[in-house]
Amino acid sequence: METIKPILEFNKTCVSYTKQTMAVKYVSASIQRNTITAIMGPSGCGKSTLLRAVNLMHNLYPNIHVEGEILLNGDNILSMEPIDVRRKVGMVFQRPTPFPTMSIYDNVLAGYTLNGIHLAKSDKDSIVEHCLKSVTLWDEVKDVLNKKGTFLSGGQQQRLCIARALALKPEILLMDEPTSALDPIATKYIEELLLTLQKEVTIVIVTHNMGQAKRISSHSMFMYLGELVEYGNTDTMFSCPSDDRTKAYLTGKMG
Amino acid sequence: MSDKLYRVLLIVAAIIVPLVCGGILYALATDAYEAFNHFGFFEFLTSTDWNYTEGEEHYGALPFITGTLMTSLLALIFCIPFSLPVALFVGEYFKDTKVAAILSTVTDLLAGIPSIIFGLWGFYTLRPLVMALNISPQGSGVLTASLVLAIMIVPYAASLSAEFIKMVPNDLKEGAYSLGATRAEVIRRVVFPVAGSGIFSSYVLAIGRALGETMTVTMLIGNTNNIPQSITATGNSMASIIANQFGEAGDLRLSSLIAIGLILFLITAIINMIGKLMIKRARII
Repeated sequence: METIKPILEFNKTCVSYTKQTMAVKYVSASIQRNTITAIMGPSGCGKSTLLRAVNLMHNLYPNIHVEGEILLNGDNILSMEPIDVRRKVGMVFQRPTPFPTMSIYDNVLAGYTLNGIHLAKSDKDSIVEHCLKSVTLWDEVKDVLNKKGTFLSGGQQQRLCIARALALKPEILLMDEPTSALDPIATKYIEELLLTLQKEVTIVIVTHNMGQAKRISSHSMFMYLGELVEYGNTDTMFSCPSDDRTKAYLTGKMG
Repeated sequence: MSDKLYRVLLIVAAIIVPLVCGGILYALATDAYEAFNHFGFFEFLTSTDWNYTEGEEHYGALPFITGTLMTSLLALIFCIPFSLPVALFVGEYFKDTKVAAILSTVTDLLAGIPSIIFGLWGFYTLRPLVMALNISPQGSGVLTASLVLAIMIVPYAASLSAEFIKMVPNDLKEGAYSLGATRAEVIRRVVFPVAGSGIFSSYVLAIGRALGETMTVTMLIGNTNNIPQSITATGNSMASIIANQFGEAGDLRLSSLIAIGLILFLITAIINMIGKLMIKRARII
């Protein structure tokens, strides 16, 4: 399994909110390119905290400390500029966050405008079309591109946010429970979408939903109380988990 | 029984307040009637004469309407570079920190300083400075009054703007950061546009404060009854002409002053209403 160089590696990664309590404790794991990795675990186990460490979201909050190493293609993210990291590592949040003052068109291009990058009109058009097509939103919105993104349904808004993240051509897409605010049909749509997107981008997804992890991920992590309890092939983990805590969680006795 | 009494007391109180407001409006309107009737409403609004020589009496409100609008608008412009940074400091950069709490308390304290004190400071500190810098020979004038007015309305503009800046959802800001935006870009492209209508409405309310401010303007504007020809010229505002002349005025002049008061009342009420409506709309988002 380790013959190809991993795209992302955690090396004794720790995250602490205060000096006494660590939310993530010495996590080590490596993630392969073009895979979908699910991070599971009960609430408060540190799965979102670990995910947010990868694009340096914790740098926004001065009292949060991240230690250890997180390597992106072999380079330690923690010593890189947050702006450079975040352009390579996109993120989709639990609640869809289209920018309410921008049109659908401008929302897709927000990554460029926010970074002060100017594009020719033809480049803009082709990026918007390509990204909206890759999240299967194009046919639904191609006639209303100048309308505000907030008029869309929750599922459409979330696909718009995925398109917005993809527009910057990230290497990794982090997803923090992207379907937990959506109905089952919109959820199914997004799951199918992720399966096609893994050809372009490596996906790490935090999910509460075991069924979802089973349906879409190739690899799974199970976290409990800040520790990475088990990490491996999703099918193996679901059929014969090696740790009792994983087993208890997967069978619904915990969490 | 006591329930009924309580109810009656509340109803009486609730009726008295609108009655007082209506009464003031009625009194202003009846006393202003003489001036409007004598000169004609439109003529009164547009005339630039303020002549109280007996036999040649002629009064018009235009110089004072101009004076009020000039001082208020200038004050608004001068107050932005102070109030906007304070609002950003309190509402975004140092949100929920001790420093922000201290800064916002100090800013709010400004609102509690009596206007006569601002007037004195303007008269004895700022006016000599304006003269020393050769901006205007007499030191007083529209500019001097506006500068002090600007400082007086900073707390109103800043604290309300800060509230709206604080209300911008964290999700949205994180969404922008996750795309690689710098803090400055997040503020420019996300915080300001989202909080924009709220910030605008707080400036509308701030200008509402500036319109009716009397003491400071009376002490600093120079009190000449003409349309100010430049921002350094002297003039009078609606409030300051009333404060200057109500004691010695009688009959037609008094009625004209009251008519100016009525116009000021209406302008201020309209501006405040627009501001409040905008705030209501901004809060929904």
